Amino acid sequence: MATESLSFIFLNALLINNFVLSLFLGLCPFLGVSGKLNTAVPMGLATSLVMLISSLCAFFINEILVAFNIEFLRLISYIAIIASAVQLVEMSMKKFSPSLFRALGIFLPLITTNCAILGLALFQTFKEYTLLQSLVYSLGAGAGFTLAILLMAGLRERLELASVPSVSQGAAMSLMLAGLLSLTFMGFAGIGG
Amino acid sequence: MKENHEITMDTFLDGLWKENPVFVMLLGMCPVLAVTNTTMNAIAMGLATTFVLLSSSLLVSLLRHAIPKQVRIASYIVIIATFVTIVDYLIQAISLELYNALGAFIQLIVVNCMILGRAESYASKTRPMKAMANALGMGGGFTIALLCLGTVREVLGNGTLLGYSLFGDSFQPWVVMVLPPGGFFVLGSWLLLFAWLRQHNERRREKKLLETEAANGN
Repeated sequence: MATESLSFIFLNALLINNFVLSLFLGLCPFLGVSGKLNTAVPMGLATSLVMLISSLCAFFINEILVAFNIEFLRLISYIAIIASAVQLVEMSMKKFSPSLFRALGIFLPLITTNCAILGLALFQTFKEYTLLQSLVYSLGAGAGFTLAILLMAGLRERLELASVPSVSQGAAMSLMLAGLLSLTFMGFAGIGG
Repeated sequence: MKENHEITMDTFLDGLWKENPVFVMLLGMCPVLAVTNTTMNAIAMGLATTFVLLSSSLLVSLLRHAIPKQVRIASYIVIIATFVTIVDYLIQAISLELYNALGAFIQLIVVNCMILGRAESYASKTRPMKAMANALGMGGGFTIALLCLGTVREVLGNGTLLGYSLFGDSFQPWVVMVLPPGGFFVLGSWLLLFAWLRQHNERRREKKLLETEAANGN
């Protein structure tokens, strides 16, 4: 049983071990949807919501799997949970905000293959977090993902106006930017002590 | 539409270079950056992914008439997850050290978009042999990309290659390269290099075209 305090777990997932910038999880939406701020924000929030739901479900599923001694089914059942959670978010978004639904397009169903979410479920299992700890961890991870994608979108919106060599436009420049952001986030490593 | 079952060299070669999953299509980036801090990890990850890609392509292709359209994505994911579980236990049995170094990223092969992408756009539409040839090419391309990153990062960040020291004691390792930012920087540099090469080739082709046109005009 992990004994870390709740505030440390939250800060750890948010800044020190940011899912995108130090663990390299969820890079596809991070690079794909970070072109504009007004799609980046809902993407971050949708991902956070899916993270919260799937983390909660994954915790209970894991209890069941351990009870019946069938841990080898963990991966398959986690994926099934995440796919259903994404479906749920997708349906509610289609109902409440169709314009947003269209703006996110293909990236919404692709949240299923966002490794940050499966990664979160696996990490909380490996670290043997309790229910409360898992929830705080997933909140921190969601906030961290949103923070990273927001920073990236803000930077890229400004860079649209800058004149850069045509070779470095697109993916190469986004990666360099991500590298710089990641370098900055390494500065938080000291907080953990 | 009639299916084209001819297996050509391109079926295999496309994945290696022209449609390289990492450098051209930018798919499956997470493991590419996360586990390439040493060459050994890069090779292991490349082989594991290739195995999953190959076996899931075969199975998806064999079952392509049996899987109903509506539930195809879910079925593909279950197939992929099964093979990933096999690989996970295999690596654990072969080398515990490697298993610990790769960590959760073996299990995260499930959500590698490249594998699902191949199942959806290729394996579900062709015969098993052709799907496997393509999967082998894609897996090879993925492994090459991992190696490109792994070697550069290990040599610069550690001064070693596959664990052997290259430069002697006087070498000051460029530590940032094995840390997360280095992954972004090295991949960014590779992409820059390839973009530059592509532009260079295009310019040369245009110049040649203009020259021949001028020659014909005279």
